[in-house]
Order: sequence, then C-alpha cells, then structure tokens
Amino acid sequence: MNRIDSKFSQLKQENKKAIVPYICAGDPNLETTEDIILALAANGADVIEVGVPFSDPMADGPSIQYACKRAIDAGTTLKKIFEMVVRIRKQTDVPLILFSYYNVLFNGGFENNVKKAKEIGIDGMLIVDVPYEEYDEVEPILKANDVHLIRLVAPTTDGERLERILKDAAGFVYCITVKGVTGARAELPADLQERLEKIQNLSKAPIVAGFGISSGDMAKPIAKHSDGVVVGSAFVNRIEKSDTKEEAVSSCLELLEDLKRGVSPA
Amino acid sequence: MKTGYYGIYGGQYVAETLMPAISELTEAYKKYINDEDFIAEYKSLLADYVGRPSSLYYASRLTEHCGGAKIYLKREDLNHTGAHKVNNTIGQCLLAKKMGKKRVIAETGAGMHGVATATAAALFGLKCEVFMGAEDIRRQAPNVDRMKMLGADIVSVTSGSSTLKDAMNEALRNWVTTVEDTFYVIGTVAGPAPYPEMVKEFQSVIGIESKQQLLEKEGCLPDMVIACVGGGSNAMGIFAGFENDADVKLIGVEAEGSGIETGKHAASINGGRVGVLHGNKTYLLQDDDGQIIETHSISAGLDYPGVGPEHSYLNDTKRAEYTCIKDNEAIEAFQILCYKEGIIPALESSHAVAEALKQAPKMGKDKIILVNLSGRGDKDMLSVREYLDSH
Repeated sequence: MNRIDSKFSQLKQENKKAIVPYICAGDPNLETTEDIILALAANGADVIEVGVPFSDPMADGPSIQYACKRAIDAGTTLKKIFEMVVRIRKQTDVPLILFSYYNVLFNGGFENNVKKAKEIGIDGMLIVDVPYEEYDEVEPILKANDVHLIRLVAPTTDGERLERILKDAAGFVYCITVKGVTGARAELPADLQERLEKIQNLSKAPIVAGFGISSGDMAKPIAKHSDGVVVGSAFVNRIEKSDTKEEAVSSCLELLEDLKRGVSPA
Repeated sequence: MKTGYYGIYGGQYVAETLMPAISELTEAYKKYINDEDFIAEYKSLLADYVGRPSSLYYASRLTEHCGGAKIYLKREDLNHTGAHKVNNTIGQCLLAKKMGKKRVIAETGAGMHGVATATAAALFGLKCEVFMGAEDIRRQAPNVDRMKMLGADIVSVTSGSSTLKDAMNEALRNWVTTVEDTFYVIGTVAGPAPYPEMVKEFQSVIGIESKQQLLEKEGCLPDMVIACVGGGSNAMGIFAGFENDADVKLIGVEAEGSGIETGKHAASINGGRVGVLHGNKTYLLQDDDGQIIETHSISAGLDYPGVGPEHSYLNDTKRAEYTCIKDNEAIEAFQILCYKEGIIPALESSHAVAEALKQAPKMGKDKIILVNLSGRGDKDMLSVREYLDSH
C-alpha cells in the first residue's frame, strides 16, 4: 500500500488531521533540508512535500521564489535531491511527495525520473503546471509506478470540472485556498469553509487545504472542514530567518507544534 | 492531434487556478473568431486605426547593395504604434471587451507589445497594467514613457535576469490573483493554448496582405520569406500567408547574441532543447538540470529563452529553417538599412534584415526575398548608441 494511503487511513481511524509541511529542498542547502525533514517526521508531520526548486516558479509568491533561487544558487539539482531522499528513507517512513514544476521532471525523461523516484521511496508527485488537460501525459506513468499524482483544485475550479478532477483522485486532493500565488497571508477567504465542505462531500479521496496558512490558529477552522493542511511559505520564512541549521530545525519544530495545537480536535 | 498541439509542442501547462479562465478564453475565442460582426469590427479598426494594409516596399538600394535577389520589405514599422504588435492587441483587447473584462495585463520586452496593449486598452476603455523587466525598462526607456502617457501602469520586474521571461512570470502571478476580471494579453505565439493559435490568427494579416501585394507587384510568390523570431509572432504572421506554398522557403531568424558557443544568446531552437515553460512545450534554453538559463541579445524583444510551439514544430518538420544572427550583424544591418533606405528598423527586425543581407547575394537577380520589417527602431537609440560606443 502506498504510504500516503496508509497514513490517511491511520489518521482517519485516530480521528486526526494531517499536517503537511512543504520544504524547499536545498534552501539554504540540502544538509539543512535533510535535518529539517527528519526532525519534522520524527515529531509528527504526517506527510512532507519536498519542493524541487525551479528557476521560474510562476505559481509561487516571493517567499518560495527566493527560496528556489537560494537553493539553485547552492547547487541543488534533482539528482542531489534524490540522493538526499535515499538518506532520509533510511531513517523514516513518512510519506514523501515531490512538489515540482514540470520542466525539471521532464528534463532527462519524465518516466526515468518517476521510476527513480519510486525506487528511492517517493510516494507522490504534485506537478504545479500540469493541469487536468495534460494529465494523460503524466498520470499513466505515475500509476504504473505506484506514485500518486496529487491533483489540485483551485477556488476557480467548479461544476463539472471539479467533479472530473475529484473523480479519480489518488492519495489526497490539494485544495488551493486562495486565488493567487503561494505565500503566508493574514487571513483566508470568508467562504473557504463552505467551499471545503462542498469539496469534502464530493471527494472520495481525503482533501488537504493549502496556500496562505501560516499558524495553528489559521489552520484550526480549516482543519474542521478538511483532512489536513499544507503549510509552505511559513516554514520557508522561518528557515530564511535562521542563522544556523540547528536554529532552522528548532524554528520549524516550533511551527509544527503550533500547527498540531491548531488542528487537534480539542 | 490533441487540441492546442503542434506535433509534440504546445499544450496547456498552467496552474489549475488559471485553467478555468483559459477554458473561458478558448470558448470566447472560438465564438468570436467566427462571428461576422466581430471580424468586421476588427478589420475596420485595422484599416482606419492601425492604417492597414501596411505597404510592401521594394528596397531597390538595399537590393543593389547585395547584388542578388530582389528584397521587399513588409512595412509593419508603419503601423500605428510602430510595430506588428498592434494587430494582435487590437484583436485581443476587442475580445476582452466582448468578454466583459475590465482590465488587461501584458508582459513586454522591447516595450512594443506593452505600448500596443496600452494603446488598445485606451481605445477600448480598459484598465491596463504592463509587466516589464527592470533591465528592459532601462534600455527601452522611450517606450516606458509612451505606455505611461497612454494611461498604463508599469510594473518593474527585478527577479531573474530582469527581462522578458521574468516579466511573463510576474504577469502570470498577477493573473492568477486577478483572474476573474482580468484578460491576459500575451504578445507572442507562445503561452498555453489558445494563445499560440489566437496570436497567429491576429497576425496572419501580415502574410495574407504580403502575398496579395507581391502578386500585384511581381505576379508571383516570393522565393524566400525572412522574419526574426523571439517568441515568433511576426514570423508566424508572415509565414501564415505562405505555409501552404511549398516552394516558398520560410526562414526564422533567432538572436545569437555574442554567439552560441559563448552561451550568451537567445537562440532557443538552435541552442536549446525541448522543455515546458510558460504554458507550453517547446524548445527552451535550459541547463543540464532543467533550470531555464538567462539569455542575451542586444534586442530586448528577442531576449527570451523560449519560442512559440508552432515554430518548434516547423523546425522539426523542416517546413521552416531557423538561422542565427549575432548582435554585431544585426547592428550592421541596422546601419545599412538606415544609410541605404532611410529606414530605421527595430533591432529585432534588424536580425531579419541581416539574414536577407546574407541570403540575397547567393540568389539570382530574378529571385525575390520578402522580409518582415516588424517594427521601427526609434526605441533602440540608446541600445545602438551603447553598442557603438563600446565596440
């Protein structure tokens, strides 16, 4: 069974919500990323999105844009990220999702990269710039290798389109909370909970909400109407502000604890 | 073939948030492009507002200088706003208006597409915001002032190499936030479908007119058609008139900057490989790890690491040939056209002229070369001056 599926059925049994941190791999270097991922996994992160840096992150706000730049400047490549995943897998069974723009995965052959990813223990891929219209290029390859394609729905996704995307979703569905790019926000749209409830009713797969969530308090109302939350830029910002690897790790753990408090059913 | 594809190229590689807007655009485009009233309004604006048909000019002194094939210039530089870009922005802004959009955004490199968008936005009473790389704002300053005069807001983009690619990233980020009331006017035959097809359609007037004009003047088709290629909209526009005439050789000219071997260039087809960026699969300049690399060209409008997907297809099927012109060759062609014909061409178009200067002497005097003079060079005084001072 795919680690993502086992994790969500376990969470369901325990009546818990998933906390899914996004970490931009290689920001500021891969050693730091590795330590952060291991620490998050050991302290209760449920699924981790390993962000593959791209030179032109069109769907990302400034936090992740700069993180991508720092990571690329530090020499991060897909190959080196894979090497890091190999090391991580020796120590944890946390489900890992590769979060990437398509060009980096297309480069060197998408199928090669998927096979390699599966081999080293990647459980899912979220490809930001491959929408439903282009799934047929990637989904059969991913399915054949038991790597889940994490489908996205946006605030603009509606009606028949929403149903089509939800229909064959694997792993979980990533619900984008806001019209816009990634980045921590002070507040989320007023109709978000209603919208999440609607999607939850339509979806067989678990739904996880992301974009803009930066604290336990913000995660709390969202967790009520979803199966979990993704938090990206808020982790990235903490890493950026840290002077040392140790500081980055402890700052990320602090945020993780805050999120855990936020989503716990108390 | 899947919709929006040219062989393996093209597609709709964008974030989900944008996809519903792109589907809405596709529907609207299909509806209006077959709507007689829409086409009549568009054509009447091209005639009375843009000043079409643009003239087809026999460049006799340039021809004499080369001593070979007769060179004709399709004078897109004489259009209102000074380049071919306006053919497309009138079409897209008219469509935006019909779709009930209140605001348009655009990316621009040389500023010609920005000026043309700001112009059309003023004409249709739409709010306009133009994204432009900081480096391009510097080197194409006259166009920045023009856009401001026309009421557009300019957003200076400082990420990456601060040029066209980065402006497009920022425009896409803005669009994702404002998608419900905003129409994104893409300036070239790239981006997610239906943009490549739509921009080609609006630019095809160049090829259709040239063909008819040449038949009137010479009674025959050209032997060769030459156009510069950044994203490739002026090239696709003029090629459109001749794509089914197998005997007409089509040449797209890429910007070779300082030379492909130096790595400082913008020749995506000649120096790149297939990848996915800005909504489409096409030839891209990228490193071994799939990161897009910074480009270089003296011409801001060609300074882009990708190319329209149909050009990639025409290259692979060998229907068109893609050559390269270096910065120094473009400057030389720029000067020759100034001195011999009294025409100051845009640096983009100078690449096409430079290719004609290479081809014409190799061809007989009974042969005809048609060059798309896609824009005028008033905007380029600073770039040319800086180049000449430093070389």
